[in-house]
Amino acid sequence: MSVKRVLRHSGWIAWKDLLEFSRSKLRLVMLVLMPLFMMVMVGYIFPSGTSISNQPVALSNQDLGVTIPMPPTYVNTTVFMGNDFVTGLTAINNRTGMMDLSSSPGFDDIRTRIQDGAVSGGIIIAPDFSRCLMEGEQGNITIVTDQSNPQLSAMMQSVLGQTITAMGKQWAAYNLNVTYHISVTQAQAMIQPYNIQFTGIVPGNPNYFQFVAPGIISMVVMMSLMTGLPHAISYEKDVGTLDGMLVAPTSRLSIILGKVLAQTVRGVVQATIIFVLAVLLFGVVVYGNLLLVAGLILLSVFSFVGLGILITSFTDKEETATMVMMTLMFPMMFLSGVFFPIQQMPWFMQDIAQVLPLTYATTALRKVMVLGAGVDAVFTEIVILLAFGVILLAIAVPMFRKAMTR
Amino acid sequence: MTESVIQVSGLTKQFDGFAAVDRIDFDVKEGEIFGFLGPNGAGKSTTIRMLCTLSRPTDGSATVAGYDVVKEPSRVREHIGLVSEKLIMYNDLTARENLRLFGELYDIPKDVLLRRIEKLLTFVRMEKWADARIGTFSTGMKQRINVIRALVNQPEILFLDEPTLGLDPQSSVEIRELVRRINIENHTTIILTTHMMVEADLLCDRIGIIDHGKIVALDTPANLKKLVSGTDTTVLDFEIPNLNPALLASLASLSCVASSVQEDETHVKVHAKGEDCFDAVIDGIRKNGGKVQGVRNLEPTLEDVFLRLTGREVREQVSNHVPMAGRHGPRHGPRVANSRVR
Repeated sequence: MSVKRVLRHSGWIAWKDLLEFSRSKLRLVMLVLMPLFMMVMVGYIFPSGTSISNQPVALSNQDLGVTIPMPPTYVNTTVFMGNDFVTGLTAINNRTGMMDLSSSPGFDDIRTRIQDGAVSGGIIIAPDFSRCLMEGEQGNITIVTDQSNPQLSAMMQSVLGQTITAMGKQWAAYNLNVTYHISVTQAQAMIQPYNIQFTGIVPGNPNYFQFVAPGIISMVVMMSLMTGLPHAISYEKDVGTLDGMLVAPTSRLSIILGKVLAQTVRGVVQATIIFVLAVLLFGVVVYGNLLLVAGLILLSVFSFVGLGILITSFTDKEETATMVMMTLMFPMMFLSGVFFPIQQMPWFMQDIAQVLPLTYATTALRKVMVLGAGVDAVFTEIVILLAFGVILLAIAVPMFRKAMTR
Repeated sequence: MTESVIQVSGLTKQFDGFAAVDRIDFDVKEGEIFGFLGPNGAGKSTTIRMLCTLSRPTDGSATVAGYDVVKEPSRVREHIGLVSEKLIMYNDLTARENLRLFGELYDIPKDVLLRRIEKLLTFVRMEKWADARIGTFSTGMKQRINVIRALVNQPEILFLDEPTLGLDPQSSVEIRELVRRINIENHTTIILTTHMMVEADLLCDRIGIIDHGKIVALDTPANLKKLVSGTDTTVLDFEIPNLNPALLASLASLSCVASSVQEDETHVKVHAKGEDCFDAVIDGIRKNGGKVQGVRNLEPTLEDVFLRLTGREVREQVSNHVPMAGRHGPRHGPRVANSRVR
């Protein structure tokens, strides 16, 4: 009976909060815009995948050529192998569109242009390129990278490196074929005896959206509870309306529950918007069970609630609450593997990530959404999230009751 | 009529070692309007908050409607209504929605609640505005809804903390009228706090004058005034066209003058003691070059009672917090020449 009453009262308080919220057009617009901005920003600003496109690259062909007696007439002819290389690279580039090639006299020019920001890298073909190749040595190619942009330069290194290596292998296979009359297939097996194939456990190529969408969903839910809840309560405390509820024969639990309910609805609505945008606009494919996804979102709400209530009890003013929230939220956002994989972090940060509920919420949601995992695969995360919720609430609810009667 | 609905004994509230309310005792009888009069910070609001179960007493005990405020707060809450200093209303909701929300928290059956809301809206002639948002109301209208909001559970006891604070004179009159009607028509016991002497005088059956967390006097307005008129103190109002600070100072130094307060540019109010004090004061003024254009022997007001009991004017402190219009500007404000009695 008492439980029913607590729930009924909290329902009315949530009704009030949501009604209030819906009365402001601006707030409703923001409700949709915030997740949209978040997705668009994250999706386009962070590099998606491992491909580059339309990067301005300076190409300096310094090859002096080599003069050899050319069969069948054996007349001395100057051969420019660098030109062949450029032709090959251009052909590949026309197909992939990864570079916007422009020619350059040499290293000094490339350096100036990188400093100006005109190009993001350069390729230099050495003067002795043809000679080396003809005399049984390796031809030198230098890739110049922009060190002010480590991420892009790493990408250029790997993409250009791979492309040029592949071109080299093709050249080698051709040589073997011509010189020793070995079939191209055999020649390829000689040059590269190990064939590597990459395959995921679900179809399709993973993109960054796929990685970040589950994280953003759990983050938005966390934000609405961690900022929304203390804000909603401390604001009412400040303007005095909270007294109206406290002076009624209503359990303190109803008040906090009502607020939690309203914030949860808000958070879940935003999470749903992100989810739909991710699927429709950003091509995110969900391989897991949708019900499990929804269940995990609600479970993460449960695990964050205690923290929100705890902060509410500690802070007396709206301003203080907002400050405490901001201080806590940023590390949580970045340490929980929402944007960057935890495995990339130094050990002490990984240790901190282990005690944040958002880490487990994100991991579990990612496993289910991206990898199509079932309940048994995320069982550990579910238990940990439940434990977080129970422990934090056990601390927070008595603190809240005490804080309400000062 | 004579049964006590509130009993308070030794009630104390300390904030970091400072006693905001210091061992107060009083009873409130059923059906009366009981007023707490005192300057800001005297402990009025804190007392009300403790009685409403919003604040936990440091010491002492209080029962409201027969229930202990610490041991049975829920039972107390069922029987009381609170109009606090700040409006308890959501600006983005309509009047009706506000009333509905708070009504639901008292577990009133839906049909009863809806009928009661209509009745309350009619009671304050706000039925036309029932579906307009509170944010669009004038301060006076907001306060009317705020008051009936506290009545939604038909409380036996209604607490009003500075109910006319920040209202214009006309709205203040309306709210006072409303308070009186609630008291008479619903037979609701009312406890209100105010720093306005007139308000306390007009509304209250009994008044507790509170200062520095202590009740310094508690009686009916008439009896309180006798504290002043019953003694040998006379309250005189002098009109002196050439009133100046030197003259005020000399006036205050007279042995028969208990205190003197400048009312405006030409008037000074003097509390004088002794049989022949009238002559003594006039002589004193003339000797210092003052011209007396007129004298009135004033009926003592609660202001005088407060002054006598605490040695300070209520307004002296209030004027720091509540901006007043008109002649109470900075240059014309009342100046206390001698704020110490004895």
